[in-house]
Amino acid sequence: MQGSLSNDAIKIILITGFLIWVMPLMISTYTLTILIVYGMLGLSLGLIWGFGGILCFGQAAFFGLGAYTYAIAAINVGESTAPMILAVLVPAGFAALLGAMMFYGRLNDVYLGVITLVVTLILFKFINSTAGPQYVIGNARLGGFNGIPGFQTLNIPGSPEAYIWGDSYFYVCAVLLAVVFFLVSALLRSSFGRIAVGIRENETRMSLMGYDVRARKTALFAVGAAIAGLAGALFANWAEILTPSLFSLGQSAEIIIWCIVGGLGTRMGPVLGAAGLAYLKFLLGQQSAVDNTLITGLILVLFVLFLPKGVVPAVAGLWKVSFGRRPLGRTHHQRRPRNRERVSG
Amino acid sequence: MAETVLETHGLTMRFGGVVASNNVDFKLRARELRCLIGPNGAGKSTFFKCVAGLQTPTEGEIYMRGVETTRWMPHQVAASGVGIKTQTPNVMDSLSVFENIWLAARRFHDPKDANRKTQDIIERLALGSIAKDDLGRLAHGERQRVELGLVAVGDPWLVLLDEPAAGMSAEDVERMTRIIHEMNKTAAIIIVEHDMQFIRSIAKMVTVFHQGEVLMEDHVDRVMSDPTVRNVYLGKKN
Ligand SMILES: Nc1ncnc2c1ncn2[C@@H]1O[C@H](COP(=O)(O)OP(=O)(O)OP(=O)(O)O)[C@@H](O)[C@H]1O
Ligand SMILES: [Mg+2]
Repeated sequence: MQGSLSNDAIKIILITGFLIWVMPLMISTYTLTILIVYGMLGLSLGLIWGFGGILCFGQAAFFGLGAYTYAIAAINVGESTAPMILAVLVPAGFAALLGAMMFYGRLNDVYLGVITLVVTLILFKFINSTAGPQYVIGNARLGGFNGIPGFQTLNIPGSPEAYIWGDSYFYVCAVLLAVVFFLVSALLRSSFGRIAVGIRENETRMSLMGYDVRARKTALFAVGAAIAGLAGALFANWAEILTPSLFSLGQSAEIIIWCIVGGLGTRMGPVLGAAGLAYLKFLLGQQSAVDNTLITGLILVLFVLFLPKGVVPAVAGLWKVSFGRRPLGRTHHQRRPRNRERVSG
Repeated sequence: MAETVLETHGLTMRFGGVVASNNVDFKLRARELRCLIGPNGAGKSTFFKCVAGLQTPTEGEIYMRGVETTRWMPHQVAASGVGIKTQTPNVMDSLSVFENIWLAARRFHDPKDANRKTQDIIERLALGSIAKDDLGRLAHGERQRVELGLVAVGDPWLVLLDEPAAGMSAEDVERMTRIIHEMNKTAAIIIVEHDMQFIRSIAKMVTVFHQGEVLMEDHVDRVMSDPTVRNVYLGKKN
C-alpha cells in the first residue's frame, strides 16, 4: 500500500465527514444505515478474501451469528453494551474454531468453500427449526422461522432508556464503519497484514520462510468474522426483528458478488460494491417490472466479462494513466520484458 | 572435525509403486558445501522435500543438529534456520522485490531490522534498480536471484538449493556463486545441479543419486572420472 497510516486516517476522516454531510441530502438516513451495514459486511469478506486469499462462502453465517448473539444477549441483559461486544466475540470465536479445523486439517480451497457453505446451511436449518417454546437461551426465545422481535436496541452505554435511533443511529453506524475501515488499514500495514498478503500469494514459500500458515489464516479468518459480527449487530438494531434468512445462502452469495463488483484486493471496493448493489436492489425492490436477482446476476456476469478486477481497481488504473506521475528515477523503458515462466509447485 | 548438522538414516519415500528415495543415509557437517547430482528422476528433489518437511518420508529418520525433525512441518524446519530454494520458482509474484525479501527477513527480525537487512541483501545482490518492481515482471535470472535473497536474508545455518543455476546467464551465475560462498562462511549448503561446469567450480564433495539411492559419495574429481557415474549420468551427455 502507498502512503502512510496517518495519511489514511486523514483521508478516512475527510471522506466520512463529506459523505455524512452530503448523502442524507439524497437518500434517507434509514436507507443509508443499511447500506453502511452492508458496506461493513462487504469489508469483512474483502479483508479475508481480497487480502488473505480465503474465499468464504459462509460470511453470512458470521453476520447472522452476530445479529442473533446481539438480540439474544440484549433480551437477557436489557442494555446494549455487553451484547454489542458479544456480537463481535462470539462470531470471532466460532470462526477461530471452524478456521482451525479447516486450516489445521489442511483442506484445500474447494473444501473450504464447501465447508463454509455447509455450515451456513446447517445454521439456517437449525435456527429455522427452533420455533418451539423449548428453544430458549435465558429469557430469549429463538423463535425459529418467526424470528426474534422486540429486543433492546442500541442505547447510550450505561443508560438503557437513552436509545440511539433514527439519524443518531445513522451517525453511529457511519463512524463505526470509518473506525473499522481505519483498523483494517492499520492491520494491512502491519506485519500481520503484510504476511497475510504473502500467504495469499504463495503459501508454500511463506511456510518455507518459517511462517505457520495455518495459525495465521485462522487468525485472519476470525478477524473477518468479528467484523461481520459487528455488522450483524448493527443490522439487528436497524431491523429490530431478526429472521433466519440472515443465514441464507443467497445472502452469502450477495456478499461475494459485492466484492467482485467493487474490486478484490482493495479496501474501498467491497464497501462500495456492497453499498452500491444494495442500493440498486433497494431501488429495484420498489418496482416489479424486472426481477431483482436477475439484475444482480446480470451485473455480476457483465463485471466478470468486462471489468474482472472490479470498479475500484479500474478507476484507480484510469486515474493513474491520466494523472499519475511516473515513479522518480525510473522509466517504463527500463522495465524488463515479461518473461514469466509460471511453474507452480 | 566440525559437528554433523544434518543426518538421515534409511530415508525412504514411496509414491505408490515408485520408490523416489530409497534407504538414503546422508551426513553433512557444519559449513560444508555439498553437491548432489544424478539423472532426472534420481530422487534429489524428493530428498530435499523430505528434509524441508514438504513431504513426510515413508520410512527413516532425519536429524538436524542432533534433533529429530522427521515429522516436522516446513515452517518448523525453516524457523529453526534452514533456508530452501525449491526447483520450481517459489516466490510472491504480485509483490515487489523488496516486499518478498522483507517478508523473509521479518520472520527473524523486528520490522526495523528487517528493513535494514532487506536493504543490505538488495545491495549485495545488485537488485537496487528493480527493488520496487513486482516479481512477476522480472526475467527468470532476476527472480532466481531474488529467491536466493529470500534464503540468504534469514541467516540460515543450513541451505538447500535445488538447481539454482538453471536458466541463468554467466554473469548471474558468477554473482550467485559469490553469494553462496558468502553464505557458506556460516552455513552448510547442499546444491542440486545438472550443470557440471558449475559443480566443478564450486564443489569439493559430491553425492551421486541414482534411482533413489546414493550411488557414490566422494571428491568431485574422483566422482567425475568414475566409470559407473559416467555411465548412469555423464555418459548420457557425452
Ligand atoms: N508427488 C509425487 N508423486 C508421485 N511420484 C513422484 C512425486 N514426486 C516425485 N515423484 C517421482 O519420484 C522420482 C524422483 O523424483 P525427483 O523429483 O526427486 O527427481 P530429481 O532427482 O529431482 O529429478 P530432476 O533432476 O528431474 O529434478 C521420479 O520418478 C518422480 O516421478
Ligand atoms: Mg529435481
